[in-house]
Amino acid sequence: MPATGPEFMTDTLQTPLFDLHVELGAKMTPFAGYDMPLQYQGIMAEHNHTRDAAGLFDVSHMGQAHYTGDEAALEKLITADLSALKPGEQKYTLLLNDEGGIRDDLMVSRPFGDDGLFLVVNAATKGADFAHIASNTAGKGELRLIEDRALIALQGPKAADAFGALVPSAAKMIFMQCGVFDLDGSDIYVSRSGYTGEDGFEISIPADKAAEIARKILADDRVKPIGLGARDSLRLESGLCLYGHDMNEETTPVEATLMWAIAKPRRERLDFPGAARVMQMFADKPARKRVGFTMAGAPAREGAEIVKDGEIIGVVTSGGFGPTVGGPVGMAYIDREHAVADTDIEIVLRGKARPAKVTKMPFVQQRYYRGE
Amino acid sequence: MSVKYTKDHEWVKIDGDTVTVGITAYAAEQLGDVVFVELPDVGKTFDQGDEMAVVESVKAASEVYAPVSGEVVAANSNLEGEPEKVNESADTDGWFVKLKLTDKSQLDDLMDEAAYAAHIS
Repeated sequence: MPATGPEFMTDTLQTPLFDLHVELGAKMTPFAGYDMPLQYQGIMAEHNHTRDAAGLFDVSHMGQAHYTGDEAALEKLITADLSALKPGEQKYTLLLNDEGGIRDDLMVSRPFGDDGLFLVVNAATKGADFAHIASNTAGKGELRLIEDRALIALQGPKAADAFGALVPSAAKMIFMQCGVFDLDGSDIYVSRSGYTGEDGFEISIPADKAAEIARKILADDRVKPIGLGARDSLRLESGLCLYGHDMNEETTPVEATLMWAIAKPRRERLDFPGAARVMQMFADKPARKRVGFTMAGAPAREGAEIVKDGEIIGVVTSGGFGPTVGGPVGMAYIDREHAVADTDIEIVLRGKARPAKVTKMPFVQQRYYRGE
Repeated sequence: MSVKYTKDHEWVKIDGDTVTVGITAYAAEQLGDVVFVELPDVGKTFDQGDEMAVVESVKAASEVYAPVSGEVVAANSNLEGEPEKVNESADTDGWFVKLKLTDKSQLDDLMDEAAYAAHIS
């Protein structure tokens, strides 16, 4: 068995919380060009702690930017209806290419009143995303990259109590609301959202205050640091896509079953990138689509082939053990005719076809806070 | 009964012409939470270095190779229901298989405890 020790690379970037991760005993791993915490006490324990109490994640590798100016120019590139996005609101949206393929998924929000938009994009795609947005909005809008801030996420059923003790007004927001708040004299940009299926917050904080703020949040007994390993198992159980795996430039929102991220007026106006192709595919039904699956025994991992009656019908795009489910879970793209909940399929692992079942997602009920 | 080690982090407990095989506590720690172990059927034979078992952790799948050539005479069926035994007691209850040796001299090439300790330090 090959050793799987941490792989330190000299050319990887560090987030403002790097020293804290090391101090907390994290096992670090290179991810999207950054040296990130894979785990602290163990993926399973961290996963369960987030579901039971609250977990603090460093997601500073993700790209943050402030967009001001002509919003129509930005809107052309994504799938949100920005005219309907009010101050204090956030939307999940997609950056598409001209064929309707998914360049990235991102959060767009209005935490700064009427002063433009706050964007948060994936780490691996941030350079390409921001270049694409800047070149396509040149002369109309201004995209300012925010590189002097860290981004952390506090997630779990105790997140609101823990964060509310520090910033009471932030804990009064409901799911997908956002705003700028004060914490010990620092401006923090907070949204009530996350990537675990649990209630929680994503919090943009000044880089030079990041460790101090993280320590303050971690001082609460209910909060523990959580690494990327548990972040992946939490998002997978909650049916949330991982960019570059569960969707990419070759997949459309129809195939990825993300049509809900295309605002209704945008569908009607057919004015998002690749709209004609995407809406045609939506009407005709796609040849393949993203589904969830469950199975017993060994978990199927990304890349495993899916077969039925001896024919290859699809491929696994994310897969692993779901600690809350207590068994293997995953996402796959499969031929439409088989993309129906409770359909029996087989997944080939190490040359052997193993029984699995198409399963409705999320695998674990999402518990967002939508108000009393 | 002596114990030997492989560079791939397996331990081999020798009892006459039969050996018990497992992965070391160091390996289990590196793998993280073990969620499934796929063991070979009794009666199967392996050459030294063949892929013999698979350990699935939350993180990834890892192959376990036969440390010596032999025939499987027992597999630890307790791991089916309690794969976490590999993390909790890698050196004892977390054993994988018992092999009947085909070539006892292969044991001479394995590391003793001191050599393995140096290997992982």
